[in-house]
Amino acid sequence: MAEDRRRVVVTGEGPILVHGPVDVEMPDGTRVQSDRAVTALCMCGRSRRRPFCDTSHRRRVRGKEGEEDP
Amino acid sequence: MSTTMSGAPTLPTPRGPISESVLSALRGNRPAFPGVDGAPPYGGDLQLALYCCYELHYRGFRDVDTDREWDPAVLAVRGELERVFLDALRDDVPSGSDVEGELDALLAEHVDAFGVSHHLRRHGELWQLREYVAHRSLYHLKEADPQSFVIPRLHGPPKAALVTVQHDEYGAGDPERTHSKLFADMMAELGLSDAYGAFLGSAPAEMLAEVNFMSLCGLHRALRAALIGQFATIELTSSPGSDRLVKAMRRLGCGPAALRFYAEHVEADAVHEQLVRREVIAPLLKAEPESASDVVFGVRSSTFLAGRMEEYLLHHWNRGESSFREEAYARNP
Repeated sequence: MAEDRRRVVVTGEGPILVHGPVDVEMPDGTRVQSDRAVTALCMCGRSRRRPFCDTSHRRRVRGKEGEEDP
Repeated sequence: MSTTMSGAPTLPTPRGPISESVLSALRGNRPAFPGVDGAPPYGGDLQLALYCCYELHYRGFRDVDTDREWDPAVLAVRGELERVFLDALRDDVPSGSDVEGELDALLAEHVDAFGVSHHLRRHGELWQLREYVAHRSLYHLKEADPQSFVIPRLHGPPKAALVTVQHDEYGAGDPERTHSKLFADMMAELGLSDAYGAFLGSAPAEMLAEVNFMSLCGLHRALRAALIGQFATIELTSSPGSDRLVKAMRRLGCGPAALRFYAEHVEADAVHEQLVRREVIAPLLKAEPESASDVVFGVRSSTFLAGRMEEYLLHHWNRGESSFREEAYARNP
C-alpha cells in the first residue's frame, strides 16, 4: 500500500534518514532496533555506532581559519 | 490562589541588590527595585534575578505564589533585565545573515579544538565531571522545555519537525526515556542530588546566562528565530561533545546510567541535527527570509555564552579549584 511507504531521505553529505521505527539486520545476522521517529543510518562507514550515524562523516578542520584537515 | 507546586525548589540566596529585590518581590513583598542600567549584564546578580523570574514559567519555587508568574511588577523588572542582557549580546556578537555558512562552521569538527569535553576526556578528574554535571543540571533537568515555548510561535513544516525532535527529547511517550529523566539517573549514579533546582545556588553566572538565553528567546515571539538558532547550536554540536563525555566516563569508571545519557545524545542528536537543518531551518527561511539574521544571532549568542562557561570551568580547574560558587557544595555536593 502506497500509504505505508516509509519516507527515506538520502542526505548525500551524511546518513540516510528513515522515518519510523526500524529493525536493521547486520552482516553477521544480528538485529538492531531503533524506535525513534526518524533514524539516521551511517553511510560513510566511519561511525563507531553502526548501523547508526554518530556524525563521524563530518568535515574535519584544523586551526582557527578552519582549513581542511589533510 | 496561594498554591505552590510540590517538588519545587526553594528560593536561592541573592547575589546582590537586584536579585535581592526580585526575590523579595517573589515572596510577595513590594520592594523598590534598584536601577539595572550599568549592572554587569552577565554578572551573577542580574542573571540570578532573571533566572528566578523565568523559573516562574517552569516549575516555580516553594513558598512563591503561582500568581507571581503574571505579576505586572515582576514582569516589568524582568523586561528591564532582559533589555540589559539582550543589549549586551547584540554588542558582543557580530551580526550576520549567512545561516548556511554559520551552520557549516558548527558542523566542522575542529581537530585541534580544546574545551571542557576534551579536557574531561583526556585527563579530567571525577570531581570535575561531577561539577560539570551539577552545573549542566540547570538546563538538563528541564531539557527541551525552553524550546517547547516556541512551538505555538511556528507554523507548518518547521513546527511539525521541531515537535518530532521534542517528542524524542521527551522520551517518545515513555517517561523513563525522557532526557531529563536520563540526566537525573546519571546524577543519582554520580552521587549528586537529582532534585530540581538543587544546584541553582552553586551555579556560576555563566551557567545561568546560558539557560536564561534559552528562556528569553523561548518566551518572546519576536525572538523565535533566535530560539531556532539556539536550538540548532545545541543539536549540531552535541554529538561529538557527548561522545567525548562517554569516553571520559568510561575512563573514570562511571556506571551504566551515567554513560547512558551522553551515549543517547550521540545517536539522538545525529538525527536531530539533520531534522533541524533540513526540516526546521530550511522551510523557516523559505517562508521568512528576513529571519536569517535572528537565526545567526541565536547561533552566535549561544556559542558566545557557552564559550564563557567553558572558560570559567577550565580557569578554575586549571588552578585545581572547585567551580562551585559555595564551599559547602565543593566539599559535599
